[in-house]
Amino acid sequence: MKKEWPLWEIFIRGQHGLSHRHVGSLHAPDAETAILNARDVYTRRNEGVSIWVVKAADITATAPGDKGPIFEPSETKVYRHPTFYDIPDEIGHM
Amino acid sequence: MYAQMVKSTGQGVKSRDEMSAEERDFQDKVDADIRIEPRDWMPEGYKKTLIRQIGQHAHSEIVGQLPEGNWITRAPTLERKMILLAKVQDEAGHGLYLYCAAETLGVTRDEMTEMLLSGKMKYSSIFNYPTLTWADIGAVGWLVDGAAIMNQVPLQRTSYGPYARAMVRICKEESFHQRQGYDIMMRMARGSEAQKRMAQDALNRFWYPSLMMFGPSDANSVHSEQSMAWKIKINTNDELRQKFVDQTVPQAEYLGLSVPDENLKWNEEKGGYDFSEPDWDEFFDVLRGAGPGNTQRLTDRQKAWEDGAWVREGLMAHAEKKAARKVAAE
Repeated sequence: MKKEWPLWEIFIRGQHGLSHRHVGSLHAPDAETAILNARDVYTRRNEGVSIWVVKAADITATAPGDKGPIFEPSETKVYRHPTFYDIPDEIGHM
Repeated sequence: MYAQMVKSTGQGVKSRDEMSAEERDFQDKVDADIRIEPRDWMPEGYKKTLIRQIGQHAHSEIVGQLPEGNWITRAPTLERKMILLAKVQDEAGHGLYLYCAAETLGVTRDEMTEMLLSGKMKYSSIFNYPTLTWADIGAVGWLVDGAAIMNQVPLQRTSYGPYARAMVRICKEESFHQRQGYDIMMRMARGSEAQKRMAQDALNRFWYPSLMMFGPSDANSVHSEQSMAWKIKINTNDELRQKFVDQTVPQAEYLGLSVPDENLKWNEEKGGYDFSEPDWDEFFDVLRGAGPGNTQRLTDRQKAWEDGAWVREGLMAHAEKKAARKVAAE
């Protein structure tokens, strides 16, 4: 019998108040063990206060080739940024 | 560095005219320091060379645990034992970060492990030398980790995203390794005459193997030329070796130890030391498998892999049973 442990993506909240961030991946037979392993692999120096583990196979992602159609439309919408609008100096900070 | 003599395509760097449109786009990104991510298009040779390099690097971290693990039960104090345990645990972690980076290129963890165990993939020559005394643990941290850092710091800027990110984590931790090694050397060098002799002996034995870690001169290597164009190699072997010697000699002087090289001399003109080359025949022998520790290291890894098989399989079977039970209950 030969079956490799599945791959898990590891997300860690560095401090209270911050979002979880992807830090890497590891192999484990199940989610509980993935958390234990993640503690040993990614938080040996106090790097986290919370861990999420997600099976890598369960992640759906955009493809690099879709970058144009997905992200380019927002490039032309400069009016979504505050700097698009000129506010007279005498109004002060806005 | 932990990867030596990594072969790339062996064909030299293609000119822009010889490149396909995809290859040109890829090279433009690399030249502009835009990171290549796993699902981006990349040349087959880039992918293969990276798997070889990252794999060799990962294997070195894993095999590198063995010479140090050798001293965990015999560390002179409880504090030294805890420090050494933490360091060896870090090495395992470094191996894991790197394996994960390599896996994003489509090779599996088991495939890499099997290539290590069959001798198809290499690990750094340095780990085939034995750690005979406690002072060797100091020398390994100071010199071996010191040499590794020389290479790993620039690799934080390497073109492949997952590799660069693994390197950032590794470099943060590696500095602890080198400092704890130097701390051991300071203690030994300031100790009794016998301790000082042990420290000098460790330096004598680890000096040239450490210089070999950078690999032979690659000034004319087509493999290195290609790897540098792809930015998976940042400096030449000779540049890094020179930097290592220039950094390390004053540290040895501070310890009151002498570097075992009668040709070692400051060269004002080049602003660095002149020094003797290591014995490259010995290096090639060690790479071929004839070093003092090759057989032992590989046997130990094979045994660990075989002895652990029932645990890997048992935990997987348990996880599957648990998952099936959960589905049945729903």
